[in-house]
Amino acid sequence: MTVVAGIDMGVQNIKVVLLRDGEILSHGLAPSGFEPEKAARQALQEALEKARISLSDIKHVAATGVGVELAPMVNSKVSIVSADAMAAVYLFPSARTVIDVGAEESRVIRCDGKGNVLDFALNERCAAGAGAFLEAMARALEVRLEEMGELSLKAKGTASISATCVIFGESDVVSLIHKQEPKYEIARAIYDALAERIASMIHRVGLEPDVMLVGGVARDVGFTTALKRKLETEILIPKYPELAGALGAALCAMERVGGSRR
Amino acid sequence: MSGKGVEYWRWSEYRLTVPNVKLEKAKVITAGIDVGSVSSKAVVMVNGEIYAVAVMRTGSSSPDSAKKVLDWALEGTGLKPSDINYIVGTGYGRVNVPMANSTLTEIACHARGANYIWGPTVRTILDVGGQDIKAIKCDEKGRVLSFLMNDKCAAGTGRGMEVLADLLKIPIEEMGAASLKVDEEPDPVSCTCVAFARTEAISLLRRGWSKEKVLASYMRAMAIRMCHLLERVGCEKDLVITGGQSKNIGIVSRVEEITGLKTLPPPNWRENGRDPMAAGAIGAALFAKALYEKNQNKA
Repeated sequence: MTVVAGIDMGVQNIKVVLLRDGEILSHGLAPSGFEPEKAARQALQEALEKARISLSDIKHVAATGVGVELAPMVNSKVSIVSADAMAAVYLFPSARTVIDVGAEESRVIRCDGKGNVLDFALNERCAAGAGAFLEAMARALEVRLEEMGELSLKAKGTASISATCVIFGESDVVSLIHKQEPKYEIARAIYDALAERIASMIHRVGLEPDVMLVGGVARDVGFTTALKRKLETEILIPKYPELAGALGAALCAMERVGGSRR
Repeated sequence: MSGKGVEYWRWSEYRLTVPNVKLEKAKVITAGIDVGSVSSKAVVMVNGEIYAVAVMRTGSSSPDSAKKVLDWALEGTGLKPSDINYIVGTGYGRVNVPMANSTLTEIACHARGANYIWGPTVRTILDVGGQDIKAIKCDEKGRVLSFLMNDKCAAGTGRGMEVLADLLKIPIEEMGAASLKVDEEPDPVSCTCVAFARTEAISLLRRGWSKEKVLASYMRAMAIRMCHLLERVGCEKDLVITGGQSKNIGIVSRVEEITGLKTLPPPNWRENGRDPMAAGAIGAALFAKALYEKNQNKA
């Protein structure tokens, strides 16, 4: 029996996935907060407890994500782009285009059937192309982010905003409110704007089916609906989209100890 | 923002009346209203000379902000909005200045206003407001020759300063000076996205950086962005800085260092009303006078 761990040091949450002989054993998640290292230990502890094993049972820990430098107990590191691609074909062998929309970054990856990266595009250092955009817009709209997705589904698409910048987007939302545009229409405009932004990244790397969406934002029905509308294609979404990075890191760890990925 | 206690991000709103301007001799009274993303400015002119100025925070509604700031400028002067012969609206919220007789872009107004504030030697204007950065070239009459602005991204604009004031608990008007209290200028932050300003600063503080060093690094990055625009537009002297960030010595000194040009110092605006932050409204009031006189001549 070989157990390995993958840690994804995200901006908002730290995710941990444990694999035993290529099968997912358990996972853990903790908010990154001000002490990401502590959060990582906490997420790992959660996963260990769920699997009823101890730290000494783990043969290899691989880390990925924005805060990878802060990851504890690490044996190796893997880029988030590679991790996403590996996780994608593990979960859906037909996946060729992986879209990862996280809290502060997003990326689009084209991969082959073995999870090798063929091309990718990144959105970094700009909040307009990531979950932070939705958070800021929900605040401007004065709705809870968890409710905004559902709200947007009522809309017909009468409004639009620009997603080149969070700050300009906020101004757009405020002026739509003053024009008395219904909140659900503004909500849809917000999701359409983010989908537009992500679609432009997809066009840079080229869309090849099947398309898979991961990252925390994949849980937002407003966004997934807008993205499907924009891409005019079905999108595969795993049960735990936020765990893709950690899963990919764990698969990498498995490879590094000489085990097969599956 | 901070909710309770001190609001570090809050900058001083003010109104003033210029003492030497005689209302009794008024032939034409005009006003310029500049509704910006963060601040609203109103300037009332008597015969083309600044008479009253008000600068206040823009509220959530542009029409309300325009009305409020004009009312405040007129407060105590005995003038009513109806006494004003012509009003020009400008700024980001210019389409929402209901009492304006016409509207003009803030680019034209800033150039005209800078020409009035500093005189005919001004050739390049760097206007840094709440969410805009503009580099404007003008001639000796304050006519716009060319300009560039940040139309896609608010990184490096004044809004980031509010976020940092709140986080670092340094009053916003003291941040510029604080940023200069570093032994050695740090590298610029890699990311000036306003939405990430908070997390960026927190990560630097966590590395053990002092507040002053964080500010220096952030303002350096802001200044570099501004200077890119200046370089692209073709920066020539005399260079001046308008907009809210004209009051930020941390920005002004870094722009001067990077461009190698001294900016013209702001005039004694508390007495004569020639506030670089109100340059857009000053220009608008001057255009209002010209438009009013043109209409009179036609009639």
